[in-house]
Amino acid sequence: MARMTMIEAIRDAMDVKMGMDEDVVVFGEDVGYFGGVFRCTQGLQKKYGKHRCFDAPINESAIVGAGIGMATYGKRPCIEIQFADYVLPAYDQIVSEAARIRHRSNGQFTAPIVIRMPTGGGIFGGQTHSQSPEAIFTHVSGLKTLIPSNPYDAKGMLIAAIEDDDPVIFLEPKRLYNGPFDGHHENAVTSWAKHEKGEVPEGHYTVPIGKAEVVEKGMDVTILAYGTMVYVAQAAAKENNIDAEIIDLRSLLPLDLDTIVNSVKKTGRCVVLHEATLTSGFGAELTSLVQQHCFNHLEAPVLRVAGWDTPYPHAQEWHYFPGPKRVGKALKRVVEAQ
Amino acid sequence: MSDEKMPKATGPLSISIPEPPGRPGDAPDFSYIEVPKAGEVECPAIDTKPEDMRHLAYSIVRVLSRKGNAVGPWAEFLGDDLNDESLLRGLKDMMKTRIFDARMLTAQRQGKTSFYTQCLGEEAIATGFQRMMRKGDMNFPTYRQQGLLIADGCSMFDMICQIYSNEKDNLDGHQLPCLYSFKDHGFFSISGNLGTQYVQAVGWAMASAISGDDKIASAWIGDGSTAETDFHSGMLFASVYQPPVVLNIVNNQWAISSFNGLAGGRNAPFAARAHGYGFPSLRVDGNDYLAVLAASKWATERARRNLGPTLIEWVTYRVAAHSTSDDPSAYRPKEESDAWPLGDPVERLKLHLIKKGAWSEERHTQAMAEIESEVIAVQKEAEKYGTLNRGKGPDPEKMFEGVYKEMPDHLVRQRLEFEA
Ligand SMILES: Cc1ncc(C[n+]2csc(CCOP(=O)(O)OP(=O)(O)O)c2C)c(N)n1
Ligand SMILES: [Mg+2]
Repeated sequence: MARMTMIEAIRDAMDVKMGMDEDVVVFGEDVGYFGGVFRCTQGLQKKYGKHRCFDAPINESAIVGAGIGMATYGKRPCIEIQFADYVLPAYDQIVSEAARIRHRSNGQFTAPIVIRMPTGGGIFGGQTHSQSPEAIFTHVSGLKTLIPSNPYDAKGMLIAAIEDDDPVIFLEPKRLYNGPFDGHHENAVTSWAKHEKGEVPEGHYTVPIGKAEVVEKGMDVTILAYGTMVYVAQAAAKENNIDAEIIDLRSLLPLDLDTIVNSVKKTGRCVVLHEATLTSGFGAELTSLVQQHCFNHLEAPVLRVAGWDTPYPHAQEWHYFPGPKRVGKALKRVVEAQ
Repeated sequence: MSDEKMPKATGPLSISIPEPPGRPGDAPDFSYIEVPKAGEVECPAIDTKPEDMRHLAYSIVRVLSRKGNAVGPWAEFLGDDLNDESLLRGLKDMMKTRIFDARMLTAQRQGKTSFYTQCLGEEAIATGFQRMMRKGDMNFPTYRQQGLLIADGCSMFDMICQIYSNEKDNLDGHQLPCLYSFKDHGFFSISGNLGTQYVQAVGWAMASAISGDDKIASAWIGDGSTAETDFHSGMLFASVYQPPVVLNIVNNQWAISSFNGLAGGRNAPFAARAHGYGFPSLRVDGNDYLAVLAASKWATERARRNLGPTLIEWVTYRVAAHSTSDDPSAYRPKEESDAWPLGDPVERLKLHLIKKGAWSEERHTQAMAEIESEVIAVQKEAEKYGTLNRGKGPDPEKMFEGVYKEMPDHLVRQRLEFEA
């Protein structure tokens, strides 16, 4: 076991896989010599050579497109998009190509590629360093979409993603890179050093894709969350003395419906959280599934707390971010509903 | 095809992974840049056919000699634009840009803003180019062209309030610091996504031409960002429709930690990219204010005379860190900027003006002090209206405004929820 930040855990996952499998290649903007703007690939080029870990030109479409080409040859590209906000130029390659190549060639060609990207806000990054684009990926057939919330999961899920035979979108909540963050931006930053999920085993292990984790057991309400919002949920429940069952979804697609349904059947109430904008967000999918599978158990309408339907503002960041106050309000409404 | 008819393979294949000539600890090495003598490169007539001036992409237009004299055909081409008054103005524009940057860099370190991008060492390009733009023309800049605004006389108060995201921020806190929008100064709203605006500039110029107007557009991009698809899209549309646009590439050698070879800039000069599209290009000493004026005049005149697009590669060096989030000592030799062969744009113009008897060390020192106090005074005034996270800031509800012209019901409901 070692103490790691999420950055170190992600790096360690790539290190483990690069050591085990010559076909794993890592590339992206500034990832080679420099080790990435968030330092997730630091040292990999030195250790595995320039042909295994290298810088790419600033062209996201080409980075993903070339990655797909390599994957269809038999490589296991694990590529970095510098910020999730910059994946959009690559969207066509992801949606029309990576996601469909297995289906359209009937399995002759497959694209086992991992596309990593820092996601979410909380760093005053304005509209182009803060977005949470998960729903534009979960909407696409053929992609898997993962979002870990701690170092332990990050490493195990990234290893599982690299080993997966289908394309995986791997979202890294950047506000969690150096420590858990509960939305109380006015408080001092906490680090992973004291958090149990900052304990990361050495070597190879996986956290299976498609499995959620119940991070708090509770009876009053089920909170469905992922990424940064897991910690916001914990803070909001605690501050309002609500006995919430908090589920960290981890894998948005495939989704662990059993864990969700079992929990909501027990609590009879559900609040869905995400940082991404509300309308057509992944919360709409979750809400729909909950009402379909738990209808007779529900004692209150399912509520969603999400980013407002605006571009992510710079100055009003903390008015925009769905922090513990807004989450707490929703929890009370749902718990108190007759 | 049968295997016997194929030529034998020569051995295992390999790819090339480009590396810069120096990393931290290495001696800086700029031997890859061939610097011609000032005045050496010809100045073609404005209506020269692209195929007759291809060699200009492989040299560097330079006007200021090592000794500070203005020499050669591009100096002659400047004609009346070479008067002392306009050059002194240029010098002060560059000095102001530099001092403004230094003050804002410090302000960022003091927590008054979240982010800042300097253009240290690159001041000549934007300030000089703007002299050749006219009211109504439109620049599509990047975050490193603040010199366009300074040279156009944009209010520094307005610029600082945007940087501070304070209550007087003309963008109401919506956008990142330095990603200005000043329509009245022909300065298009800057996107944070690289390259997207290159093709938009081309479209804007097409619209001007379709409308029978006389306005021109100017596109800006960094060396690293020429890799983006939108750069190539812009080049294509410029080639096909021949609109009145100047396509600028600011080649400052670096894109964060990536040297310009990663954008293909060491296999051929960026300027040569125009050749495949069949329009003319210039490669210019971006640290030579006079060369900047001359090349800008050439390309803007060509656009105004309906002779179509010109690509300009400005050869310069990013002396500053990429941004306040960056530390270049992790990826390039520390002494690299001192070894840069094209010198410093402010020092070079200063030397020229002193040589001409239009300026002196004393006046320079005095001007520095004057500009510095001007910037400090404006900064103080701006700080009365707050800095990031200090003071009232833009009205939080303003984040709901400007998403649409008229706020749809779902946003009205969200705003109500926000107020509650
Ligand atoms: C689409 C997109 N991809 C990546 C980035 C991140 N990024 C911001 S600036 C930059 C480097 C740009 O370098 P260059 O074009 O040379 O301009 P310079 O900063 O040197 O002026 C990168 C990679 C971005 N803003 N947008
Ligand atoms: Mg650059």
